[in-house]
Formats: sequence, C-alpha cells, structure tokens
Amino acid sequence: MQPLLQIQRIRKTFPGVIALDEVSFDVAPGEIHTLLGENGAGKSTLMNVLTGLYRPDSGGMMFAGQPVNFSSPRGSLACGIGMVHQHFMLVPAHTVFENILMALTDLPRLFNLDRLKERIRKVLEEFGLEIDLDEPVWKLSIGAQQWIELIKLLMRDCRLLILDEPTAVLTPQEAERLFLFLQQLKSQGKSIIFISHKMREVMEISDRVTILKKGRAVTTLQRGDFDENLLASLMIGDDRIPVWDKVSAATDNLVLEIKGLAVRNDRGLADLDNFNLDLRQGEILGIAGIAGNGQKALAEVLTGLRDASAGRISACGVDITNSSARSSYIAGIAHIPEDRKSIGIAPDMTVDDNLIMKSFKRPAFRRWMFQDRKAIVANAREKIDRFAIKAGPVGTPIRLLSGGNIQKVIIARELSEKPAVLVALYPTRGLDIGSAEYVHKVMVDGCRNGMSSLLISEDLDELLKLSDRIAVMFRGRLIGYVDPANTSREEIGLMMAGEARK
Amino acid sequence: MIVEILLDATVRAGTPILFATLGAIINERAGIINLGIEGLMLIGALAGFTAAHLSGSLAVGVLAAFTAALMAGAIHGFITVQLRGNQIVSGLALTMFGIGITALFGRSMVGIRLDGFTRLAIPGLSELPIVGKAFFNQDPLIYLSFLLTVLIWVFFYRSRWGLALRSVGENPAAADTCGISVSLYRFCAVAVGSGIVGIGGAYLSLAYTPLWMENMSAGRGWIAVALVIFASWSSGRAMLGAYLFGGLTALQLRFQAMGTEISAHILQMLPYVFTIVVLVISTIRLEKGASQQPAGLGEAYDREDRK
Amino acid sequence: MIFAIEKRGAPSKTFAFTATVLSVLVALAVAGLLLLAAGVNPLAAYRDIVVESLGSLYGLSETLVKTTPLLFTGLAVSLAFRMQIWNIGAEGQLYMGACGASYIALFSGIENHLLMITTMFLAAALFGGCWGGVAGFLRARLRVNEVIVTLLMNYIAILWVDYLIYGPWRDPKGFNFPLTAQFSEAARLSEYFDTRLHSGFFLGLLLALLLYVFMERTIWGYEIKVIGSNPAAARYAGMKTGAAIFLVMFLSGAIAGIAGFSEVAGLQNRLQHGISPGYGYTAIIIAWLAKRSAIGVVIVSFLMGVLLVGGDSLQLIWQLPVAFVYAFQGLILFFLLGSDFFVRYRVRFRRKAA
Repeated sequence: MQPLLQIQRIRKTFPGVIALDEVSFDVAPGEIHTLLGENGAGKSTLMNVLTGLYRPDSGGMMFAGQPVNFSSPRGSLACGIGMVHQHFMLVPAHTVFENILMALTDLPRLFNLDRLKERIRKVLEEFGLEIDLDEPVWKLSIGAQQWIELIKLLMRDCRLLILDEPTAVLTPQEAERLFLFLQQLKSQGKSIIFISHKMREVMEISDRVTILKKGRAVTTLQRGDFDENLLASLMIGDDRIPVWDKVSAATDNLVLEIKGLAVRNDRGLADLDNFNLDLRQGEILGIAGIAGNGQKALAEVLTGLRDASAGRISACGVDITNSSARSSYIAGIAHIPEDRKSIGIAPDMTVDDNLIMKSFKRPAFRRWMFQDRKAIVANAREKIDRFAIKAGPVGTPIRLLSGGNIQKVIIARELSEKPAVLVALYPTRGLDIGSAEYVHKVMVDGCRNGMSSLLISEDLDELLKLSDRIAVMFRGRLIGYVDPANTSREEIGLMMAGEARK
Repeated sequence: MIVEILLDATVRAGTPILFATLGAIINERAGIINLGIEGLMLIGALAGFTAAHLSGSLAVGVLAAFTAALMAGAIHGFITVQLRGNQIVSGLALTMFGIGITALFGRSMVGIRLDGFTRLAIPGLSELPIVGKAFFNQDPLIYLSFLLTVLIWVFFYRSRWGLALRSVGENPAAADTCGISVSLYRFCAVAVGSGIVGIGGAYLSLAYTPLWMENMSAGRGWIAVALVIFASWSSGRAMLGAYLFGGLTALQLRFQAMGTEISAHILQMLPYVFTIVVLVISTIRLEKGASQQPAGLGEAYDREDRK
Repeated sequence: MIFAIEKRGAPSKTFAFTATVLSVLVALAVAGLLLLAAGVNPLAAYRDIVVESLGSLYGLSETLVKTTPLLFTGLAVSLAFRMQIWNIGAEGQLYMGACGASYIALFSGIENHLLMITTMFLAAALFGGCWGGVAGFLRARLRVNEVIVTLLMNYIAILWVDYLIYGPWRDPKGFNFPLTAQFSEAARLSEYFDTRLHSGFFLGLLLALLLYVFMERTIWGYEIKVIGSNPAAARYAGMKTGAAIFLVMFLSGAIAGIAGFSEVAGLQNRLQHGISPGYGYTAIIIAWLAKRSAIGVVIVSFLMGVLLVGGDSLQLIWQLPVAFVYAFQGLILFFLLGSDFFVRYRVRFRRKAA
C-alpha cells in the first residue's frame, strides 16, 4: 500500500544548532507510528516542519502520493494534517465553542450560533465527553482541554493526526482512554503520528517506531521487532540504562512541616487547600501530580514568592509562614524554578552576572556601593569549573547557552548558598538525558551532605528512581504518601486522579 | 433646557474620541499597541479638511481622511507586524511624524473657512424629550459613529473574521496553527483601525470646528488610548467612556463661558486628570480580573520563535 | 522565489552601528523629499543647518545651549529605559523642575549665590522627581501603564506653568506678557565666552559621567539591569522591584527636572511660556538611539542639538514650522526600527523546495 506520508531527507537548522539532519521516514494509512526520542532529539521540530510552522532548509515531503511544500499551517491543514501540540493551542479567554470554531474552515460569514453548536454537541456525545460549550477554556481541566484539541482535528476531518507527548498531562487511566480513542481512529483508516519518550506507551500502542537521536533518524522498527531495552539503547546510544544505587540518607529530623496551608491565586481560586506535608532531613521527597494541581504555588510559597492565606509552615520548629523570621529562613531554601528562561535568569546579562543574582549584596562581592568585579569574575570561574558549565566566550549573554547549561548556572547559583532545602520544580523538563542525569546527581550528592530535596516532577520514572518517599498532589491537597519500592504506577495514577489510598 | 444643551455638547465633544477609541480597539484586539493615535487624528483632520476644501465635498473629505490615516497607520503596521519592530517606539514615532508633517503641510490651510457638516434631524426620534436633540439631531458623522459602534460589535462577536481577529490578539500561535494568517489580520486591523481614527480627526476639522489649526487634536488621541482600557476593549463601553469624557469637556467649557473665578488653565487640566483617574480605576479592575486585555497584546509574533 | 526570515544568533556590534548610521542617513533623505514637497530646497536647507549650528563659534555655542537640556532629559529617559520603563513625561518633569527652581528664585529671598543655586537645583530635582514619582508609584503599586500617565501629565504640567505665569506669578512689569519677573543675579548660572552657553552644559556632562558610574559600577546599577532584563527573575532573586520602579521613576523625573532648572537658571532667567520646544520627546529618540551607553547619550544629544538649532534657522530662513523637526524625528525612529529588523534577522532568498 502506498504510504500516506513520506518525509525525505529533511534538514532544518537554527542559529548554531542543527535540529534536523536529513531525516526520512514514512507513515502508512491506518497506522499508529511512534516517533521516539529524548528531549532535544528533534521530534517537535520535525512535526513543526510537517505542519507548516517551520520551513525546512532542504528535503521534501510527499502526501498521498503528491509532493507537498507547506509555507504555512494553511497548506498542511488543507491536506488533512492536524496536530495536537504539547503546549495547547487554545485561547484560554474564549469559550470551548469559540475555540472549536476558530479551527473550522467552512464557516458562513455571519454565523448562526445554534446550528453550529448542535453539530459540535453531537460530536462530543459520540465520544462520551461532557464539556459545556459555553465554558471559558481556562476553567477546564487539562485533560478536557486536550479533548477539545482532538475535537478540533476531528471536525476538520483530518487524515493524519499528530499527537505531541499527549500523556504528559494525563493520569495513567486517562492515558488508557486516549489509547482506546486512537485505536478507534485507526480503525476508521486515519493515521496517527504519536510522539513520546515514554517507553511503556510506545510498546503498548505502536505499529511502527522511528527513533530520533540528535536530529537524525536512527532506524524504523516494526511491531514485534523491538522491546524496551532495544528502544532505550537506540534512543540513548549505549547499552547501559543508568541504574541507581540509591541509598537513603534520610533521618527522622523534620526539616519542614506544613499544616493546613492555603494559597489563593489571582482569580480568587484556591491553588493550595488545606495542604499538609513534612520533609525529613537528608531525604528526597518526590511530589507527583498532574501539572496544575498546585505544585507551582507550593514552590512559590516555600521560596517566598507568594504569601499563604492560611495554615502554617515550620522550618526546624520555627514558624516561618508569614513572619519576620521568614526571610532568613527563605534564604536557606534554594529553588530551581519551573521555567528556566522565564524566571530563572536575566537573559541579556552574562553568566558572571547571573551567578551572583542572589548574592550580589554580600560583602564579598562589593566595596560599599561599588561592585568588586575581580571577586565576581573569580566566583564565576570557580563555579564554571566545578559544575562543568559550557559558558562560551566572556561576555556572552546567558540566553545563548543551551538549556542544560542554563540549568547548571541556576543550580550553581542556588547551591552556592549551601541551602538546607532544595525545591526543584520540573528541573529536568526539556533537558537531554546527560543534563538530566547531572541534575539527579546533584540532588543525590546533596542529600548525602544533609540537604533535603523536594522534587516536583511529572515524570513518574524520575520520581520512582530518586525519591525516598513520594507524595501525590491533587487539586491543591496532598492525597497521600507512597513508598517507591512498594507501589505501582497504577496506584500512583489513581492518587493523581484524586482517589485516596486505600 | 440646560440638560439638553449639555447632552448635545457631550455627544459632540465625545464623538472624535469615540472614533479614535474604536480605531484603537481594533488595533489592540488584534494584539498591536498603537500609540500613534494622536498623530493619526491630526493626519485625518488635515487630509479631510484639505480634500473637502479642494473638492467642495465633505464626503470626499471624510474619505480622504480615512485613506490618509489608513496609509499612515499602515507604516506602523508594517513595522510592527512584518518587521517585528517595537510597538511602543513605532507608535510614538507615528505621533511625532503626524504632528510634524501636518504642521508642515497645513500651513496653507490655516485661516481658511469651510462650511462644515450640518445637523440632520431624524424624523420622530429627534422629538424625544431630553435625548432627542442630543442623539437624533446631529450631523451625519455622529450617526456614522453610532453605526460603527454597533457594526464593530457585530464584527467581533458574530462574524468569522472577527473571531479570527480576536484569536490573533489572544493567542497568535493558536490562530496560526488553525490556518489563520496572523500577519495579514494584524496588518489589516492596524490599517483599518487607523483609518477610523482618521475619521475622528476629520470630525474635528469638518464638523466640530470647521477649520484647520496646528496640533488641533490637543491630546485627544492620548485620551483615546487610555479609554481603550476603560472600555475593556469593547465598542459599547467605548461609547460610554467617550461620552463621559465629552460630558466633562462640555461642563468645563460651560464653566469657562459662565465666567468663573477658576483659571481657564486649571479647567483645561480637568480632562487630563479625569483620564488618569479613569485609567487607574480601569487598571485596578483589570488586575482584579474583572476585565481582560487581549493576552497577546504588545508581543510580536514570530512563528519560528523557539522557547 | 520566496524569501524566508531567520533570526540571527548574536549580531555584531559594528553591523548594528553601521545600520544605525545608515538609517539616520536614509531618514535625512526622506525628510529631504518632504522638504521638497513643501517647496524648500533640501540641500540648501541641510547646508544651512550645518552652517548655523557648527559654522561659527556662536553657532556652536547655540548648539551646546540646545544640547544641555537634551543631555539631561536624554539621560533621564535612558535611565528609566534601562529598567524597561517608558518615561514619556520628561517634558512635563522639565516644566515642573523649572517651576520649582523658579519658585525658589522668585520667592525665597536668598541672596547668597551658591546657596540660591543649590536650593534651586534641589527644588527642581524634587519637583521633577515627584512628578515622575507619581507615574512610578502608579506603575509599581497598581500596574498602571506609565506611558499614558506620564504623557497626560505633560499636558497638566504645561497648563500648570501657564496658569502660574498668566496668573499669580505674572510679572507686573511685564506688559501683560505671560512670564515671570527676571531672576536676580544670584539665581543665574554663569555664562561663557560671551555667548549663551552656561554652566548647565558642564553640569550635564558631569551627570552623564555620574550616571555611567552608577549603572556600570554600583550594586544599584546592577540591580536595575537585572530588573530591566527580567523583572520576574529579579523578584525571584528577592529584589524589591516595586520600590525600584518608584525610585527609578523618581530619579528619572528628578534629572528631567534639573533640565528645567538649567533652562530657567542658565538660559532664560525667568519662567515663561514654552520653555521647552519638546526636549522631553526628543529625549526618547536620544535614549533609543543611544541604547545603553551614557557616552552615546552625550553624542546623540549633541547631534539632536545640531538638528534643533538647524530647525530654528529653518524657521527663520525658510518659514518652516518648528514642529517640522518632529516629523524628522519620527522618520529617524521609523528607519531605526526598520534597520533594527535587519540587524536582528537575516533575509534569505530561496527557490521553492524541490
């Protein structure tokens, strides 16, 4: 059978980076074809080329036997290619109805609301979804938002659907439901490109797998010809899957005790609600949960960026909730923020300047009100060596560094204060395996030295690998603790969806 | 009756601001901040006056005002959309340019008298007590402003292009992936919105006080920029804001005419102070979430921007 | 053939500089066309500008006289700009500074020259600072857009000064003209070389130096740079961004206020209508052109001074409205933005992909 889509030797570069290096693969009709690769391998870039968001430097594509060349998303949509992006392409302020309308091409100039609404309601019923069309999107859960993205594609009768890491924001149960849905689409003759870096899912649903590594297509394998180990080794490149010798260094001293904490957001809704948590010295406490269930608020309250509206936080027995003692204790809490580039760094300033962002007022770095450049540079030199940061020539603005190196700068800066507690919010998101490993090493080394870590992550594998205990958050509350050695992903999945532990 | 007179003056004083605010709303709904409103009003005023004087037709004047302002606005559109330039600087440049170029080319128009728009009573409605004269016995441009307010609402909330434009202003990436051309919508919004601002300027020189004077908009453009926030980017509230401002102006002029002790200069400050107060209140409401500004406002959109 | 737009990695400094110079030249050319359309010979006009502003000692001194307030306002706007704050109100802050200085000059009764000048200076800084501080406070506390506030306050400040000079401060011996009495000798700055050049110019240069040291060498300058680069990161690092916004706007307003002091104490020796033909607005271009460099502000202020003196002569010789300079400034900004595009992006032509 003729393949539906053929990608031929696509090449795409950005300033200083080869994102795609002569990538070729094809997709058959009625197939679920997985693109597997670690962060930074080029999966999203390739799909952006396919959907017309990026122009390739060279190479070609064939769709349904015809050569195609998309100069904008219009072209690829016209062919029947649709994509659900990792970061949803929805307008939060608009209603569900308006968002779906935005995607339709055959709208009359002045539209009759009711007839269109009926049409959409029918489709929603078909898939058993209970979503109110007049609800603004920002009120919906992330799972529901993803369904809206899928509905948009269905209403356009797409022949090829691309899903970019769809299960990142789903509980294991929701992911199952999605897979069933995909099988349904497959039986209708539609093709699906499924992007993931989670081995388990890939094994479960793929008809074929193409592995991308550092912008190159390594190989394509048929169902039955691969297993997890083979995939992992092809993805990472050596046979060794890192195994950890995790020896717990946790003591019984409570370093942090949180009781009944409540935090409100700008809209008056509760981000944290009657939240309880305790953290022991020397432990790595993993916090699992779908993003958006209060993790960011927790990190912000602990690091002094937000105030609590109720409840108590005690550090080593001292109340630091909203008291004056707070700031000095906050100084003992290091924070690796969620979005490096948006709040972690001053993008136009140099690495030297970024490293002292928290400590620039210290006597070591200044003389009265003048900065001591020599000391600042020496400090930077030392940190760059110690953390193996690739900082480029002197005077380079930090935003030009790679994601992994920026994270290193942030870590170097935070850890230089010898903190008692490290709060890490999705610290390895978007990092390649090497950099992610480095972050893990830092945390494990730290806990051997008595530092306690709060690791907030969406990656269950990461949590299971590193944590002494795992706490699960849902809707701003702590659902319960599990022991990584004695739990299952299903159990955690249920808790992530709000079901308390039996 | 004094109320009728004041109401009438309110509507007349508020109309140029209404046009300007409506035009600015169209810009900002698409995601582009346009600080060139003041310059655009002047360009519209001069172009309208000149064309009306040379052609003898007021309608031609209005058309010329719209076109001239549209073309000037297109510069801002090109710079901010196609060239991804800084929107604030570009808007300021447009205002400066507008002030300067109208001063230069307006010299020959100073002192010329023109027969401006006259009132046209709408039969029946103009007999209504209190509001009849103020709203239904006005010149055609004012009726145009009413029509435009309604049309813009219909456009935004009942038409497919209006929805697309709103989406472009809220989340250009989302609109882009749906096949909507972000740059086309933004550029057109800037151009057309600027044209409408130009009509507001034409109102000044062809109806309000039929003459041309250097810098005759006297800061109204800036008040319109502030009123967009007050209006929560909606055309209906824009009308409310414009008339509130118009009412204040009418009152202030009344006081001056009555010969009060208060210095004319102090009285003239009032509209600006009022606008600042309105801006502060509107911003507070905005921050509290009571109203929302287009989420993508002020940011250039580059498809290939990597996070 | 279609063209694709790509971001450049890190544009070279020389390229950026060349682009800047080129865009100013192109703006000159387009302005020349406008002059042509208005019936003025552009080449003659430009030649007149250069001759008037640089061709004689007097001309040069006039240029420096105009440069002085531009220097202050340019530094003021530039400072705010380092923190991503748009101070469009330098004009109004200048007027309020002039008002403050005039108040001291006219009503304080101080006779000692040094004391008088110092007090006038401080009053100007205070008045200008408070004027700017209002916008800073509103921005810091309530997140109100400072562009609109500072701009509207310009109109208020100018009307306020008009009120004073038409009303309570009007010179009884002034034949009903809108101006105050002349300042006493104690309230005037020294003049040099038998020209109108006054100490204000040297004060401006000193301030430029101080600001340079402040921004590049002190912890406060560092803090401002971080907040300007990423306010969210600054907050996360514990910096008090709210207080910083207010203080920077206050300082910016104060510096612009000093421009007012310089004008009334050094040049006009009284408070009168129209003490500034838009210096505060020209300052925006200066700040934008000079990017982040204090020496840049000095140079560009001088160039703008040339332009303004030239504009005055154009008015005299060619009867051009003074406001025409605004058009020229607008054009410069347009072309700067245009060239900025080419500095940040590369345009590649490519054939349709095979």
